[in-house]
Amino acid sequence: MPKHSMVAEPPAASPPSARASMTTGDKVRLVLRGIGQTLITLGLVVLLFVVYEVWITNLFARAENDRIAHKLEQQFAKGDDPILTLPGGGDSTIPIGTGIANIYLPRLGSDYHWTIVEGDDQESLAKGPGHYPQTALPGQRGNFGVAGHRVGKGEPFLNLDKLKSGDAVIIETESDWYVYRVLGSPVGKDPQNLTVQVKDTAGGTHTVPGREIVDPSAGRVLLPIPNDTNSADKPAEALMTMTTCHPKFTAAQRMIVHAKLTGTVAPLMQDGKRVEKMPPAIRELYSEVKS
Amino acid sequence: MYVWIWRHLPGPLTVRLLQVLLLVLAVSALLLFVIFPWIEPHLPINQVTVPAQK
Repeated sequence: MPKHSMVAEPPAASPPSARASMTTGDKVRLVLRGIGQTLITLGLVVLLFVVYEVWITNLFARAENDRIAHKLEQQFAKGDDPILTLPGGGDSTIPIGTGIANIYLPRLGSDYHWTIVEGDDQESLAKGPGHYPQTALPGQRGNFGVAGHRVGKGEPFLNLDKLKSGDAVIIETESDWYVYRVLGSPVGKDPQNLTVQVKDTAGGTHTVPGREIVDPSAGRVLLPIPNDTNSADKPAEALMTMTTCHPKFTAAQRMIVHAKLTGTVAPLMQDGKRVEKMPPAIRELYSEVKS
Repeated sequence: MYVWIWRHLPGPLTVRLLQVLLLVLAVSALLLFVIFPWIEPHLPINQVTVPAQK
């Protein structure tokens, strides 16, 4: 065994004078061995980094998101809504990195749940999917923008490309359960090349795709009416846009999924208090994707 | 480098192996929990956002 042969060569067997009497060949071998070991070490470090990216960061993100989810649940139980509309009509300021709502995607399984945090910065997104602060809030007219990691950091949007047209995107806030549906007609198809018409307040219509792959600079997908750069058009509908990186493991492009609010379900109440449980109408949405 | 470390570890074989294991774990932990989280934000692989505009 090579290990033993190394051990069998005690320090005493290589006296200090050995170094002085090294031949040119010995020196070359020493240098080559040093280079070889360095390269092997670097390779192992890179491998370890992959392990970190796709596994360790998931553990961190899940733990952090569960903590935020628990905090949000306590807030909900107290009737404390972080996205409450102020009496004046404006939105309350939400601290960056705190939970605002929960997201459920029946297509991705009954165990799929994340708490959406406020903020689209790296730090917020390391805790779970993040709401773009400049965009609309859940249920509001306009475009509710959410970014999420595709690989690592909990990878909430790893399988965003599995969503089909018409699939439910459930957003739970303190006040309501919102049911958004991935755009595209007919339903149940890959939404990449499917579109629907979205109305503005003036009666105009705008074509919005269910899913699109765009350049990283394409901020237009988050506009109140996605891809409509005419700021005179005011949205008449509540939309939602999810962004993640594409293809997996790269940041070359962005995958965008657009959805539209189609229904609102009131939370279950008991003795005047909100119950942390899915209303039957929401639960039913899970049977849709099984068929 | 590795030979040099091995020669400088004291004790019999089992004790040395144990020390090697500890060293590997310590270096791994340092990389996973200190160095990687520190360099990661500077890498371009984690961009999932598009620039939001009001």
